[in-house]
Amino acid sequence: MMAQLQEDKLNLAPKKFNMWIFIFTSFMFFAALTSGFIVYTGGKAHAINIILPQAFLYNTIVIALSSITFFIASRAAKSLEIGKQRLFLWITLFLGTLFFVGQIYAWGILIKMGVYFINPNASQSFIYVFTAMHLIHILAGLLLLSNTLYKSYRSIPQAKNLFNMQFSGIFWHFVDIIWIYLYVFLLLNQY
Amino acid sequence: MSTVAVHDHGVVHHEEGHGHHHKETFISKYIFSMDHKMIAKQFLITGITMAFIAMTLSILFRIQLAYPDKSFPLMETLLGRFAPGGRLDPNFYLSLVTIHGTIMVFFVLTAGLSGTFSNLLIPLQVGARDMASPFMNMLSYWFFFLACVIMLSSFFIQKGPASGGWTVYPPLSALPKAMPGSEGGMTLWLISMICFVASSLMGGINYVSTVLNMRTKGMDLWKMPLTVWAFFLTAVLGVLSFPVLVAGVVLLIFDRSMGTSFYLSDIVLNGKVMPFEGGSPILFEHLFWFLGHPEVYIVIMPAMGISSEIMSVNSRKPIFGYHAMVYSLIGITVLSFIVWGHHMFVTGMNPFLGGVFMITTLIIAVPSAVKTFNWLATLWRGNIRFKPAMLFAIGMVSFFISGGLTGIFLGNAALDINLHDTYFVVAHFHLVMGSAAIFGMLAGVYHWFPKMFGRLMDEKLGYLHFWLTFIGAYLVFFPMHFMGLDGVPRRYYAFTEFESMKRWLSVNVFITWAAIMSGMAQVAFLYNFVTSIFWGKKTTQNPWQANTLEWTAPVEHFHGNWHGEIPTVYRWPYDYSKPGAEEDFILQTTPLSETMSSNLPSDFEDNPVGLEAHSKWVTANRPNEEVK
Repeated sequence: MMAQLQEDKLNLAPKKFNMWIFIFTSFMFFAALTSGFIVYTGGKAHAINIILPQAFLYNTIVIALSSITFFIASRAAKSLEIGKQRLFLWITLFLGTLFFVGQIYAWGILIKMGVYFINPNASQSFIYVFTAMHLIHILAGLLLLSNTLYKSYRSIPQAKNLFNMQFSGIFWHFVDIIWIYLYVFLLLNQY
Repeated sequence: MSTVAVHDHGVVHHEEGHGHHHKETFISKYIFSMDHKMIAKQFLITGITMAFIAMTLSILFRIQLAYPDKSFPLMETLLGRFAPGGRLDPNFYLSLVTIHGTIMVFFVLTAGLSGTFSNLLIPLQVGARDMASPFMNMLSYWFFFLACVIMLSSFFIQKGPASGGWTVYPPLSALPKAMPGSEGGMTLWLISMICFVASSLMGGINYVSTVLNMRTKGMDLWKMPLTVWAFFLTAVLGVLSFPVLVAGVVLLIFDRSMGTSFYLSDIVLNGKVMPFEGGSPILFEHLFWFLGHPEVYIVIMPAMGISSEIMSVNSRKPIFGYHAMVYSLIGITVLSFIVWGHHMFVTGMNPFLGGVFMITTLIIAVPSAVKTFNWLATLWRGNIRFKPAMLFAIGMVSFFISGGLTGIFLGNAALDINLHDTYFVVAHFHLVMGSAAIFGMLAGVYHWFPKMFGRLMDEKLGYLHFWLTFIGAYLVFFPMHFMGLDGVPRRYYAFTEFESMKRWLSVNVFITWAAIMSGMAQVAFLYNFVTSIFWGKKTTQNPWQANTLEWTAPVEHFHGNWHGEIPTVYRWPYDYSKPGAEEDFILQTTPLSETMSSNLPSDFEDNPVGLEAHSKWVTANRPNEEVK
């Protein structure tokens, strides 16, 4: 109740709402890219024509795990277990970074397979576009998480701490879901 | 508990007394301001500056069209290598057309219009102290400013600005060697647009969030003025469609700078076969027009909202069909996402698909017509005050009708085979979204100038401005319909050199002089605008006797808008000339209990207690009328 009151005073609810709307814009962006892919492959009967490297699957597991650890961290934040919150935020950050590195590693594998970004078959270039644009979102997510973590070491009111958690949480879960969407989309279009 | 109370007090105090207790520096007040009213003024003045630049560009290319053989030494003095020998360079002509379109559509009619009036009116009309995120709002302006600077800077690079048309279709835009404007100019265009989209999204997110979260007590959605409805739905459109443009532009940047083949295929450039394969330029058109079509509604809907409000205030009548007005705005918002294909009828699209887009396009005429009839019905038997703002609002309706009718022609896939890429299209969109939206914007400037600057604009100059612009715009764009029907193509440097189109030269001269006249009229506006800011007559708090909340806020500006508590809203914003009321307007903040003589049973929907009190009052005060 007190947290709710303070949230109203600090004008936090509309800010959280801003994040939701941003997620809609982001979603439209990826929807546009994947629709572009469909128009492209539909028009000239191109397809990706490769089997996606296993690395993408491992990365998917990593990012799904990071969503779970974030969930644990926000549960801890709600019950005022700041130590546990920090620990799991650190784990989330680590997993997020691992995902970032893993995606770049997956690019390396693609290049070894002869699947280049600059490619007469642009449906293969699209793999790079999807992952790169998603990595930009991951980067933004990592910055948000770091900010939340940093602020949790400063003495800020609980309302503010919870807000930070929710604000970065909405985004972090979203980039996670978007990756799963992109991965499934690519899997379905392998051939 | 006591600590909470103290803390709460501190916060409230901070919010309400911001302007009084902190000494604001010049930079925090005028430059990096986070106050929505100052940001609105920044948007307006930047928008007006960009509009004058774009207008100057248009007059330059009009002169070329009217006098293709003449050389103007002055032009060489002013433009240098862009006008060798006093005649416009053909490539520069294409740049002028491109940048005129880009500036007008994006920088003036999107940012200048939505940016100004959404920022000014959303918090003031829904009863909020500021936007959901004032910081983001400030960033929104500065990204817009950056986009303007980058766009204009392309005039100062060696090869000149982008010149592939404001739609930047590949392959022209994707191959830097294709034409001079496709080199550095195109790169700057793309960077500028990325900044612009960032600005527009930050603004839009704020507008949506503010409308949905920060309305004052009593302000439910159905008590919002139509302006706020229009700005809200415009922001929703922008938030959903601009990301799609970004996706298209990102792929275009990859094609340009990295050599991918998203849009390129089978290209032979200067006799050399390029390595691109398999790309589809149609893909870009899909991505572009998925934004591009909602964009035209992003341009016109704020103008519609502004005109609705101004016409109701100045007719001293409730807006006719308030609910229908809202539902038609919603209808336009939804339909605008499924009509983009009508820009692509002749791209080799499946005729069946063309038919689908034709049907959706013609359906969108229905909500548009609903709005038009409602405006006319609002005027009908009104007690009209022909203020300059009112004239511009009526002008907006006029242009919307005359330009909208030709939209029905162009929306037909079969007729479009003849009409596409001719001056008929130019005439159509300059009337329906160009002139109409500009008139809506000017109406808004005249109407809310007292709110923005605390002074009134000069009315006589306003009338001069209106009539010259109104007549001028029709003289410019109406003859273009006939040129288009004759097959005159748009974007040509000197089409009158073709034997079959020679006869249009005289019309071109006529149009050019009409354009110069309209341009001169804008100087009257500029003079009026600038002098009124400093020396205009001081305004009263509610100069137009309007009902909406912004006129309950004090004339002087401070961060927070209202001293003390934010007013509560009790009624819809259109109680003008209500029978039985003492005055011909009742502020939204007047409770029904203070207006017993004018209340109607319909004012008490979902309020049985109030209805009972009302019927008691009626039986006690005017039993005779009940019998009648």
